[in-house]
Amino acid sequence: MSDTTMRQPFGLRIASVSFLIFWSFLALFPLLWIFTMSFKLPLDAFSESALDVITGPITRERRGGISILDICIAGAIFYAILKVPGLFGRRAVRFFARKRAGLAVLGVAYAAWLYVLVTGFGVTGPSVLGALFGGLLVWLFGFSGEDDDEGGLLGTLLAAVFYVLAAGAGLWFVLPPLLSAVDSAALQIPLVDYLAHPLIGATTEHYMSVWFDRGFYRNFLNTMLVTAGVTTVSLTVGTLAGYGLARSTSTVAFWLLILALVFRALPHSVLVTGYLPPFIASRDILQPLWDAPIIGSFLGLFTATPPTLYGQPVAVIAVLVSINQPFTIWMLRSFFQSIPKELDEAARVDGCSDMEAFRRVIMPVMWPGVVTTGLFSFLLAYNDYLICSLLLNSQNQTMVPSITQFFNSETTTTDQVQAVAAAVSITAPLFLLVMAFQKQIVSGLTAGAVKG
Amino acid sequence: MRRQTFWKFVGPSIFLMVLFIALPLASVFWQSFFHSVPSVESVEVETCSPGFPTQICETVLKSRAVLDENGRPVTTTHFVGLDFYRSVVEPDVVWQAFSSGNPAAILRIDFWRALRFTVTFTFITLPFVLGLGLAIALAVNNSTARMRGPIIFVSLLPYIITPVIGGISIYWLFVGDGIVTRLIEAMLDRNIAVMTHGWAVEALMMFYRVWHIAPFAFVIFYAGLQGVNRDTLESAMIDGASRFERLRYVIIPHLLPLIVFVTLIHLMDSYRVFEEIVAFNAQSQRISLQWLTYDFLQPDDSGNRAIGRASASSMLTMIGIVLIILPVLRRAWRDHRA
Repeated sequence: MSDTTMRQPFGLRIASVSFLIFWSFLALFPLLWIFTMSFKLPLDAFSESALDVITGPITRERRGGISILDICIAGAIFYAILKVPGLFGRRAVRFFARKRAGLAVLGVAYAAWLYVLVTGFGVTGPSVLGALFGGLLVWLFGFSGEDDDEGGLLGTLLAAVFYVLAAGAGLWFVLPPLLSAVDSAALQIPLVDYLAHPLIGATTEHYMSVWFDRGFYRNFLNTMLVTAGVTTVSLTVGTLAGYGLARSTSTVAFWLLILALVFRALPHSVLVTGYLPPFIASRDILQPLWDAPIIGSFLGLFTATPPTLYGQPVAVIAVLVSINQPFTIWMLRSFFQSIPKELDEAARVDGCSDMEAFRRVIMPVMWPGVVTTGLFSFLLAYNDYLICSLLLNSQNQTMVPSITQFFNSETTTTDQVQAVAAAVSITAPLFLLVMAFQKQIVSGLTAGAVKG
Repeated sequence: MRRQTFWKFVGPSIFLMVLFIALPLASVFWQSFFHSVPSVESVEVETCSPGFPTQICETVLKSRAVLDENGRPVTTTHFVGLDFYRSVVEPDVVWQAFSSGNPAAILRIDFWRALRFTVTFTFITLPFVLGLGLAIALAVNNSTARMRGPIIFVSLLPYIITPVIGGISIYWLFVGDGIVTRLIEAMLDRNIAVMTHGWAVEALMMFYRVWHIAPFAFVIFYAGLQGVNRDTLESAMIDGASRFERLRYVIIPHLLPLIVFVTLIHLMDSYRVFEEIVAFNAQSQRISLQWLTYDFLQPDDSGNRAIGRASASSMLTMIGIVLIILPVLRRAWRDHRA
């Protein structure tokens, strides 16, 4: 049958397209609106007319704004930033994938991280644990990049991180002076000067005061610490378990998966009720371990007294990893099931043990599934409100719970716009994430549904 | 795979799940029946102040914490039976409400209020999530290939955005001087305050949840639509099935397992509704079961957390989860034995 019979009547077409436009508007509007508000002075942000919120006449008068010329230049630069990876991406990936270059970059990054841990957080148990996991990471990536002509995950990851950092720094330090220079030059030329007059009022002062005066950068660092920890640990543990479960047909494996399903449904507040008393009293509970002859002297190397787990990011990492485990192993299991069994059987026929078969044969082909699962682990840790707000104290608080501090003190309208700016700051990384990983997110969402 | 290697692979994950999920669950169960308080002893303290002709002395009875030889406070734990459950559920008040013919009175108790909201919330949002998700999936499936990428990108945003932030961004549209409130005021030509009405806040929270979860349903259904058998569709058309009949008798049955999947996930997730209460600042008007436990766990003015009552309300919340998940478990067990 030809396509003409499947063709839709005109009315249905119009209806479906207008429905999609309506949905897109609905999906985007709240986010775009707070984005717009965050760049305006309070008088504009809470103005009665919607047009005033968008154009911000008062902000333009008092703080200046952006002109048509600015928009064109910034647009061109953003377009270039998006296009450059397509042009030079492959070459860069190949450069970073060369083992020596990749390891050198990783080593530098690792040293920097260690430095931050040691100076910023003090040499404590968490930092030593963090360093150990960092080492594990270097080791894992160190041999995954071997003889892969496309460049492999290591190269892609490093190139991406490098590129994002470079582009971010460029935008932050180069763009504002460049724009103001172009504007002031254009204002001298007749006719062109209309394009250089500020058109839309915009100010970044709310972001400045949120991030620096009110210390939001500290919450950002805590979020980075927690999310990095959760993602790496839950992937390491989950990959092994997912593989084991995918390759086992025993009843034990079935019951483990069912149990994981039950655990996935638990409300998190139930679990936190179980954590709070032992976490607060952990110093007394763990004391016997520290008093024990051999283990005690080993543990004494990290801290002289047992830690109070309440308020420690490392405790929250452990909690989030465990809560995330059921989901992780279900997802990774379905990815591993799509890898043909013959692959590891062939490896074992060639004389590999199970572990070796996993390391040499499965690991090189498992990365798409791991990246997808990693994304969802990251999202869980990043978006969590309940656990972090109950188990962390205010010094170690992550970004999402700390936002309540902004609207609890909603006394002036400036405070409110600052809360909006903080909310937009939390959203921005997720926006980039969807942009970069749209395909992986969609495949991850559907992976769970395939099995039903 | 040999049994020993299997345990080597699965071991770390099981260790974490036992330590951080199973043990806390057991301890919550235990905590809900036992009350532990720091032991207190009463001592007579004589305080004297200089006076004339004799010192003025008074003895007062003071209570102080008992310390052990290491200087740590001693706590005593005793079995309290169902006391914590009783303080959460308040059966006396419930009984009185029913016997006096005014059942609505039980909604003054936090637990019943939370249960009422949680259940309504879960079941009212479900059809909207399924319907909106299916509508978007069908519309995207009808559209040209060039439109699909951007629409999927835009649709993923509400799903990926931090729930609290997504909720707040909608809250800000409706709060006192929010833009939508202003718009409605201009249309009705009078002042309104959306957030002072409990039902309005409740409706907004439901709207937020549909906005947040419908994209997930959309992605799942859209993936399912790619697998609809074209031959069946064409033969249905030859048999003279209209567009709606094709949807009803070919596409929906094909998507049925996915609809069940989305329903299950939605029931589990919206039963845990929590972030909406925080985002919409709704605790004085509407609370959910998970928020109730959260509230018990927050330290009060003197720094105490109501662990016992939190445990009791946790255990009560778990009953609902078991009810939701039971059909799934039974089906999985049947499939496994088959």
